[in-house]
Amino acid sequence: MKLDVLTQLNADRAARKAVILITDTETGDQRLIREDDIAGSDRAELYGALIRAGRSRPLKDEEGGGFANVLVPPAKLVLIGAVHISQALAPMAGMLGYDVTIVDPRTAFATEDRFPNVSLIAEWPDVALPEVGVDRWTAFCALTHDPKIDDPGLLHALEKQCFYIGALGSRKTHARRVERLTEAGRSETEISRIHAPIGLAIGAQSPAEIAVSIMAQITAALRLGQVAT
Amino acid sequence: MKEASINPLDDPLAIAQAWRGEGRDVALATVVETWGSAPRPVGSHLVIDGEGNFEGSVSGGCVEGAVIAEAVDVIDSGSPRTLEFGVADETAWQVGLSCGGRIRVFVEKVD
Repeated sequence: MKLDVLTQLNADRAARKAVILITDTETGDQRLIREDDIAGSDRAELYGALIRAGRSRPLKDEEGGGFANVLVPPAKLVLIGAVHISQALAPMAGMLGYDVTIVDPRTAFATEDRFPNVSLIAEWPDVALPEVGVDRWTAFCALTHDPKIDDPGLLHALEKQCFYIGALGSRKTHARRVERLTEAGRSETEISRIHAPIGLAIGAQSPAEIAVSIMAQITAALRLGQVAT
Repeated sequence: MKEASINPLDDPLAIAQAWRGEGRDVALATVVETWGSAPRPVGSHLVIDGEGNFEGSVSGGCVEGAVIAEAVDVIDSGSPRTLEFGVADETAWQVGLSCGGRIRVFVEKVD
């Protein structure tokens, strides 16, 4: 491997960008496919699928051959709301490999007793989130039911193009949220990226079951792209 | 706050860059294919320097010794090679992927 290829690859990883290194294992020749170049490349569909799968593998001849080393940033999960559902969601997401951060300005909710071993920030989202590094490899859930707390978080998540954005609340609650976000200048297309009511429709009742429905929806968004509703 | 950033202390690709930057001869080994119950997944790395120092893992310890010896040859010759270890291979059996799996490891020089 050329040192400049390795240096570029490591710089992209440090910047939380996905990269694919394709190696001809006979000759050692290598090509670095960078996340931002995929859309315009000749095999955009293949590269997109490799990154969503997040797994390295040998490529078939019709895929161009060679070995594809797929390097994707570890996914983050940001939860607005140190609520009951978050108590089930945080450990579940940890098991699935997410780095979990919970933001809630209400200090009665955001306590270490309620959330051991989780990064917890007792601040308003507009103060906390710029430090969290929300990006497109982040799943984002607004769970407080309080527009004062949820809305600034959702606006931040839309701006940072999180791969998944979900918001707790009924259809009626969401209709009012859509009005507020529209007033805040977000387009219909942007707002339609928010999964609300949050989670897959599996008849979830308890906080833990709701957490399952949310994690399943997040997993589908991560692995299948933007198709799960 | 827990950081999801790359830790240069336990990241073979970051270590490879750092070692090369220090002027050391460096080879990188990558698991490119596995069959059966292989101990480390495809894409796992082992980084080796010209003195035989190494970080990372391609098999959880079973075949690292053999990979390191080959890596020192790859550093000398500059040509990459692909190694295969598994139960079907008498030599490999001696270095011991006794779990019954097979792995293919690509070894290249960083230059």
